[in-house]
Amino acid sequence: MSREPDAARARAREIALRVGNRFVEAAVLVGEAGGTTTMTVPRDHAIPILEALRVAGFDYLVDVTAHDTLKLEEPGEERFCVHWIVHAYGLDARIHVRAWVPEDDPRVETASVLWKAALWGERECYDMYGIEFDGHPDLRRILMPEDFGAFPLRKDYPLKGRGERDNFPVITRDKA
Amino acid sequence: MADDYREPVSTGLAPAAALPYAEFGDRAISLEPGVGGRTMVLNFGPQHPATHGTLRVVLELDGEIVRRCDPEIGFLHTGFEKLGEFRTLNQFITVTDRMNYMSAMNNNVGFAIACEEMLELEIPERAQLIRVIMCELGRIADHILCVGLQAMDLGAFSVMLWSFIEREKLYDIFEMTSGGRLTTSYGRVGGLAFDLPDDVVPRIRDFLEKVPAVIDEIEKMLIGNRIFRDRTIGVGVLPREAAISHGVTGPMLRATGVARDLRRDRPYSGYETFDFEVPVRNDGDCFARFEIRLAEMREAVSISLQAIERLRPGPFNALDHKVTLPDKDDVYTKMESLIHHFMLTMPGHGPEVPKGEFYSATESPNGELGWLIVSDGTAIPYRVRVRPPSYYNYSSIAVMVEGGLISDLVAVLSSLNIIAGELDR
Repeated sequence: MSREPDAARARAREIALRVGNRFVEAAVLVGEAGGTTTMTVPRDHAIPILEALRVAGFDYLVDVTAHDTLKLEEPGEERFCVHWIVHAYGLDARIHVRAWVPEDDPRVETASVLWKAALWGERECYDMYGIEFDGHPDLRRILMPEDFGAFPLRKDYPLKGRGERDNFPVITRDKA
Repeated sequence: MADDYREPVSTGLAPAAALPYAEFGDRAISLEPGVGGRTMVLNFGPQHPATHGTLRVVLELDGEIVRRCDPEIGFLHTGFEKLGEFRTLNQFITVTDRMNYMSAMNNNVGFAIACEEMLELEIPERAQLIRVIMCELGRIADHILCVGLQAMDLGAFSVMLWSFIEREKLYDIFEMTSGGRLTTSYGRVGGLAFDLPDDVVPRIRDFLEKVPAVIDEIEKMLIGNRIFRDRTIGVGVLPREAAISHGVTGPMLRATGVARDLRRDRPYSGYETFDFEVPVRNDGDCFARFEIRLAEMREAVSISLQAIERLRPGPFNALDHKVTLPDKDDVYTKMESLIHHFMLTMPGHGPEVPKGEFYSATESPNGELGWLIVSDGTAIPYRVRVRPPSYYNYSSIAVMVEGGLISDLVAVLSSLNIIAGELDR
């Protein structure tokens, strides 16, 4: 029971299909999840497809995030799924773009050339999952300390941590 | 009135990019702008009083001009999203309070609505009206504090004290309603934790009748104030394109001329039945954000009064006891209710949740508060992603600050209403 009006959903679906048809070789999967039109795309084609959406009027990147499928009963194609939620102010429509990213090579191209919002969204995604965004101008950790050794939102990282809380490096006055 | 005041004069300096940059970290000090291109690096925060929380900004200064601004965040990171993967939906509501302690009600209700959309649950009208009242009171609490602090940072201390008096009254109302002042935990998936007590309603009505006079007073105190105008008009301008590109939402976006309000565009809790305006300003500066907040408080007063008029006795929770707890009296006397209670509260049980990915957003006082829930079909969500408005709003700070004076940074920071709990989660 999504609050997206039917007209907005129809518009989003139409654009998703049109953009998907332009990238025949990418075999874009257009579907619906929780009332939002979704596009599942191969990661090599994620940025060209997002760019096509940007050109089609999707000027607002709502969020960039990811999830780790490690402990799902029905795992996805790869371990990580990166999500881009985009919205078009002019068309008043929303599309949810997803791409699978493998564990051994967790990288995908940056969307920060299309939307400035991706600058911080991708930094957080890297901070929490270790997914690298190629071409990002400043891919540093943003919420966790710089010297934190793990990616805390991965499913193999325990809730109570690995003792980082008690083992912060101590710098005394005479050593500084 | 406005004609008597001069427009702020441009500093006449070349834009930041045109000047030769010193290496970031070079500690040479220049006293006059542009002398030899030498700059000074200044660490601002995280314990500076003007940062209102734990914000740290590393500034590269050329005289008093900010050439580069590098915000550093994460000091209040608490791992709320990780915690969400180990808590049931209703347990997570207590966590949403801690994200935005200025308007906890809006966060409680926002998350409950996201869950209800996932569970396809209908909410009774009384619960919806109480939610609207509480959300709008939360909006007033949030905006009035922001306006007060904005004035305080620019030297008008009494405005902050007036706004604190009103906030105190609101917290008394929240305490009477939910038992908590800051962390209310009042929303529940499927309705509310308790019904609205009868003696609160006259108190809310009394507050709503008196608060417009305070808003007027604040407006009179500041809107014609020479110092306030000089320090906010044309200061911290966020162009519309930059705002949209940075994903800025809420009052900050509406101050740049984009009339986007999820209460009107994607109505929830019956907002479509209320009569209200979405205030918009075009300047995108600190003063426009201040004006928007004042106008939104007046709208919030009007919406709450309309909701109080329509308040009738009735159930405050969805009657689907596969999701909401049954009445405590029934639990003691009826087997059916006892089973429902057991099934909802014991670990490993809980409501039936569909599998899939669900995104839902509500209009919190700072902007679009979104929740991406990835569900694996159990009562505990597999992944909860918060789309925090403060996070994306704050990412645009460099646009507003670079090229301006360092004292303008204080004016800009206080006009953004960044809540560190939500920024860092």
